[in-house]
Amino acid sequence: MSRRKTERLLNLVICLLATGRHLTAEQIRAAVPGYPEQPEAFKRMFERDKEELRELGIPLELGGGDPWEDEVGYRIPRSAYELPDISIEPDEAAVLGLAARVWQQAGLADAASGALLKLRAAGIATESATPPGIEPRVDTADPAFPGLWAAVRDRRPVAFDYQAPGRPAPQRRRLEPWGVVSRRGQWYVAGFDRDRGAERVFKLSRIVGAVAFAGRPGSVEVPADADVREIVGGWRIERNRVARLRVRQGAAQGLRRFAKASGEGGDGWDVIEYSFHDTEWLASHVAGFADDVEVLAPPDVRAAVIVRLREGLAGTAEPGAAGSRTGESGAPAMTGEARRR
Amino acid sequence: MSNTATAQGRLARLLTLVPYLLNRPGVEVREAARTFGVTERQLIDDLQLIWMCGLPGHTPADLIDVSWDGGEIEVGNAETIDRPLRLTADEAGALLVALRMLAELPGLRDRDALDRTVAKLESAAGAGAAGLAGAVAVRVEADPEALGTIEAALADRRRLRMRYYVPARDEATERDVDPMRMLVVEGRTYLEAWCRRAEAVRLFRLDRVMELTVLDVPLEVPPDAEPIPVERGLFRPSADDQIVTLELTPAGRWVADHYPCESETELSGGGLRVTLRTPDTRWVRRLALQLGARGRVVAPAQLVKELRADAERALALYGES
Repeated sequence: MSRRKTERLLNLVICLLATGRHLTAEQIRAAVPGYPEQPEAFKRMFERDKEELRELGIPLELGGGDPWEDEVGYRIPRSAYELPDISIEPDEAAVLGLAARVWQQAGLADAASGALLKLRAAGIATESATPPGIEPRVDTADPAFPGLWAAVRDRRPVAFDYQAPGRPAPQRRRLEPWGVVSRRGQWYVAGFDRDRGAERVFKLSRIVGAVAFAGRPGSVEVPADADVREIVGGWRIERNRVARLRVRQGAAQGLRRFAKASGEGGDGWDVIEYSFHDTEWLASHVAGFADDVEVLAPPDVRAAVIVRLREGLAGTAEPGAAGSRTGESGAPAMTGEARRR
Repeated sequence: MSNTATAQGRLARLLTLVPYLLNRPGVEVREAARTFGVTERQLIDDLQLIWMCGLPGHTPADLIDVSWDGGEIEVGNAETIDRPLRLTADEAGALLVALRMLAELPGLRDRDALDRTVAKLESAAGAGAAGLAGAVAVRVEADPEALGTIEAALADRRRLRMRYYVPARDEATERDVDPMRMLVVEGRTYLEAWCRRAEAVRLFRLDRVMELTVLDVPLEVPPDAEPIPVERGLFRPSADDQIVTLELTPAGRWVADHYPCESETELSGGGLRVTLRTPDTRWVRRLALQLGARGRVVAPAQLVKELRADAERALALYGES
């Protein structure tokens, strides 16, 4: 029964914290009520109890038990068990409170409030009178998140089925995860792909089904120079080219916001200068404004816009399925330049 | 992340409850139950359990003393477990990752407090927490200038005047707003404010704010202004929305990640058919033209017709037909 088990575990913790020397399993059985007499049954139960204590983060220290016997003994060192004596200033309490409210899903939200509860139990004030001016919230609703969080925490390799865009079916991938990063509300895992033999990034929303552990804890070596924040969308685009665009007055605010005025375009039009990096990206962006924007220069962007518009026109006629056509342009589309602005 | 319904989860609670009670002699059952998120009955059951435990020997002198006469709890003879357990890697990690995210918000005034808190938490955590904090990151984008201006307006309770870009209509709008709070949702920073133009609570994405000034006017948020329930998502469908169906090639699948889709159907060859709800189709027209061969609108027919006209007029501009 669960209540008896809780009692036994609590007595076990108290016993191992109170002892100065390491206690053998036999000594523990004598000291803690609730263990069975039968040796095999006791051994099984004691093993499970030790595992449960470790899972809670209770440090079990192994050491020599009885000096006349070879048997190993156990104790819980107070210094490793106890929350250290820390003081929290009122302004620190305010940011702690803010941090604890960030997580929206049960797992991490419970962990964060559990941490605050421990601090409060130690007599530390964690409440603040000042209401926060900013309320950050982070969603971890991806089903793959808890498994990858645990894998990164315990440095364990994982395996999962991944639906890469443009592939007919999910593929099994084996990964040594280095870290998980959220960017624009999407979670990514970065690490060493064992099948490709190279660094790879996977989007959690494309992981199908459960994340399985594929190795022992501690077996993932994260390279010292690996910065997962940089690996996941850390690219910096250098806008090294300038396009001249003719823009209808009052229109294309989405372009004007980031452009430099460069004069009159005559008869209700302005000319603006817009710096960019990728031809296909700018062509795509400009095509969206239809006849409100015309690319004057450079010629490659002008030509690319015409291609885009032709494709768009064709799309309004063609009854065929999109899947049967190939439209790979390699352009980063909206994911690139627009989002860096 | 232990489940408190299991013996293990309950043990974790008891190991926190005992130091909590030792630090607050005479605390009421009701308050303790509220703090630990359990019923009063459950809390009393916890107290009865604690009362059965203690040092080996388990004579009355070894057992923990517990009483709750008149609803006020007193605990004694529990020195062995008078301090809470260290923070687990998950507990410290959850807070540290969140604090690092806050530290990424540029221009936030509590910068110094953040750094001190991170240092203290790292010292209070068991092994593994610092590693987690380095391996899990939430990137947030926020314009430091706008963030600082809004923070100041909120602190001084002042009205803001802004030029704001509305992408759905491709318009720059002017409006006065009374700030309520700032939010970070899905990696982006928003201002929630009473918009005096719309006479309603609105969310403004900070990266779409074109100009921002604090007015020398005290803010006036109507008392019945309700915060927007962002936990249900930022996108709020309305009965007036139009339903648009798009077919995307593999190269156009990103659309499904960036816009809230009502439904997604896989197509042969790796394509995707999606339906979107929108009150305004102007942005969908822009999106469809941007996609070119990577996707196309298949319904409604009226929108396809408009797109055709858009593309033809645009091609005419280039002397093409």
